[in-house]
Amino acid sequence: MKRTLVLAAAAAALAGQAQARDYISIVGSSTVYPFATVVAEQFGKTTDFKTPTIESTGSGGGLKLFCAGIGVEHPDVANASRRIKKSEIEKCARNGVNDVVEVKIGYDGIVFANSRKAGPVRISREQIFLALAKEVPDPNGGETLVPNPYMKWSDVDASLPGTGIEVLGPPPTSGTRDAFVELALEGGCKKIGWIKAMRKTDKKRYKAICHTVREDGAYVEAGENDNLIVQKLDANPAAFGVFGYSFLDQNSDKLQGGVVDGVAPTFENIADQSYPVSRPLYFYVKKAHVGAIPGMTEYLAEFTSEKAWGPEGYLADKGMIPMPDAERKTFSGDVKSLSNLNLAAN
Amino acid sequence: MDTSIHTSEAMVRRRAKRRAAERRFRAYGATAVALAIAALGALFASIIGNGYTAFQQTYIELEITYDPETLGLGEARDAAALSAANYPGVVKKAMRETFPEVTGRRAKRRLYGIVSSGASFILRERVLADPGLVGETRRVWVPADDDVDMLVKGHIDRDAPEAERRVKDDQIAWITRLERAGRIEKRFNTTFFTAGDSREPELAGVRGAAAGSFFTLLVTLALSFPIGVAAAVYLEEFAPTNRLTDLIEVNINNLAAVPSIIFGLLGLAVFINFFGLPRSAPLVGGLVLTLMTLPTIIIASRAALKSVPPSIREAALGMGASKMQTITHHVLPLAMPGMLTGTIIGMAQALGETAPLLMIGMVAFIVDVPGGLLDPSTALPVQIFLWADSPERAFIERTSAAIMVLLAFLITMNALAVVLRRRFERRW
Repeated sequence: MKRTLVLAAAAAALAGQAQARDYISIVGSSTVYPFATVVAEQFGKTTDFKTPTIESTGSGGGLKLFCAGIGVEHPDVANASRRIKKSEIEKCARNGVNDVVEVKIGYDGIVFANSRKAGPVRISREQIFLALAKEVPDPNGGETLVPNPYMKWSDVDASLPGTGIEVLGPPPTSGTRDAFVELALEGGCKKIGWIKAMRKTDKKRYKAICHTVREDGAYVEAGENDNLIVQKLDANPAAFGVFGYSFLDQNSDKLQGGVVDGVAPTFENIADQSYPVSRPLYFYVKKAHVGAIPGMTEYLAEFTSEKAWGPEGYLADKGMIPMPDAERKTFSGDVKSLSNLNLAAN
Repeated sequence: MDTSIHTSEAMVRRRAKRRAAERRFRAYGATAVALAIAALGALFASIIGNGYTAFQQTYIELEITYDPETLGLGEARDAAALSAANYPGVVKKAMRETFPEVTGRRAKRRLYGIVSSGASFILRERVLADPGLVGETRRVWVPADDDVDMLVKGHIDRDAPEAERRVKDDQIAWITRLERAGRIEKRFNTTFFTAGDSREPELAGVRGAAAGSFFTLLVTLALSFPIGVAAAVYLEEFAPTNRLTDLIEVNINNLAAVPSIIFGLLGLAVFINFFGLPRSAPLVGGLVLTLMTLPTIIIASRAALKSVPPSIREAALGMGASKMQTITHHVLPLAMPGMLTGTIIGMAQALGETAPLLMIGMVAFIVDVPGGLLDPSTALPVQIFLWADSPERAFIERTSAAIMVLLAFLITMNALAVVLRRRFERRW
């Protein structure tokens, strides 16, 4: 009896699916998630449209779903903490998703922080590379690589604390990790002349040197949960952590951000891009769905309004670093005219 | 000297040794139980210690003037105009009037930051419910911002240097003044039980997740219990023992041990991609969890059927009952307590599951409370996972509070199982 009822419900569900979806479906990056959700909630509460649903799938997973096709069963917007790749655009095109609008929304700083119970630290990207890479140049000189011999920070540089190297950071599946490796490790790696020269001669080897994090326990993969890293740092003043700026902002009574290359990770320094370890955040919109799904135009307008992404907007309150005025103007113009994505630009 | 074999010196020593061994053996068992209780106690203490403050929320009393000018209404009083009116402006004006000495853009921003952004929604609801409020002045209690809430609850140290905390010196001064005037109060946090998810901790609640879990489990129970019991009855009472049924049995046991994420992948491929069911829907979640709990229920039900003594079946058949009558009148009622236990264990497993829901889109930010099987929704453990990953300090206590709600559901379910079992057992 019960079973027939449920089967009937399932059949009704299948029939109902033919109808249009009346809420926006958003997927993508877990870094953009805390910002996109604020906009979605604001949008849902101040308009008559339903609140969009936002899935935190990671940038890659989100773009995969996004590019799967056109139609109500596919998401309308994909958030990403990196730019869409050429291969992903090709995949989109194969599935009929040709017209995509790219919107850059702001920046996220990646901080290298420790507990306030320990002293503040000043570190350069080169020192981060030497402390965390799997292979580093031989400390005795010469252009050879040795497995990372450094056990204490003071082994890397006498100015750093004399504690053992212990860094808690995200695992390789995370976009934060990708960005940290690319900006901090590779950024430091490039400072070493002969490795930089290798980029032209043997790009693969160059990438392997600059992008491989040591696996002997000095870098601890602490999972995707940044709150966990915050708690562990609070309990262990000797350790450092790698996570997004918004978590430092929320926990400034417990943690302090390390000064990287002479620049402290503050809101202002990340906004004017003098802080070296920051990355842009994006979302991508399926043009075919604008107009087909109710509220798309209004959601885009809400996200790109000054009260959301401006320097005084509510996204800045949540820890997102706004773009400079000119850039905001360009992108809000793109959104209004729904200009197609052009990978060659900027 | 007594030379009896029972009192010889060697025997006495051996006996002492044996008794000591027995005492140690008992002590090991008692230690194991004590360890388990201590672990459970530590878990409960940590969750309750972290979470009990979430059941209270700081409120601020504001003197709100529903001034048509500030609301941007003009002469219009229709529902559309009232719905779109400038309620945040009214809240800001009330704050400015309470602290008229505050000037400067930044200081004003900090002043407005004391009150939750949800305050304007409360005013909007009130005006929509009673348009006569426009032009009136009322004292209204509105929720405080999550940072203020944390400060009032003592989770933020007022004596820390200003740069190291999110609530600034002038904000603390304003809050202290409000506290002295009796205009700040901690109240029972009803929002936590009536609202869906929110990115503002003070506006976030578990109702949406609880409703999602309810619909999901409804589908799971409605499908897995009848199917599981029918499968168990067939396999135990009717199926011949041959290679095919052996194969089925091995497969069922195997399925019970398959990691749940696999069922999520299956659900994504079959229910969403092939049948075209919507993502994030409790119906799909329920179908996936049905697949996951079926093996557990079938195995438990078969064990329950096996434990019914054959004499009962033989007696029934001997009295002329048909096979079906034997099963439905005699065997099933006797096996029902065991089957129910298995089902409840399966349901409890399903209630605590997040991994398969990830694949079918139920790990998502969903504000609206779902009203049916096809509305987008999440589930309780997913809500806990999402909150645990949020940067705001106030979500830490809400995470623990949501865990308490989940535990309460689990305890209720288990208690229900015990009661139902007792009922059935008394009849036989």
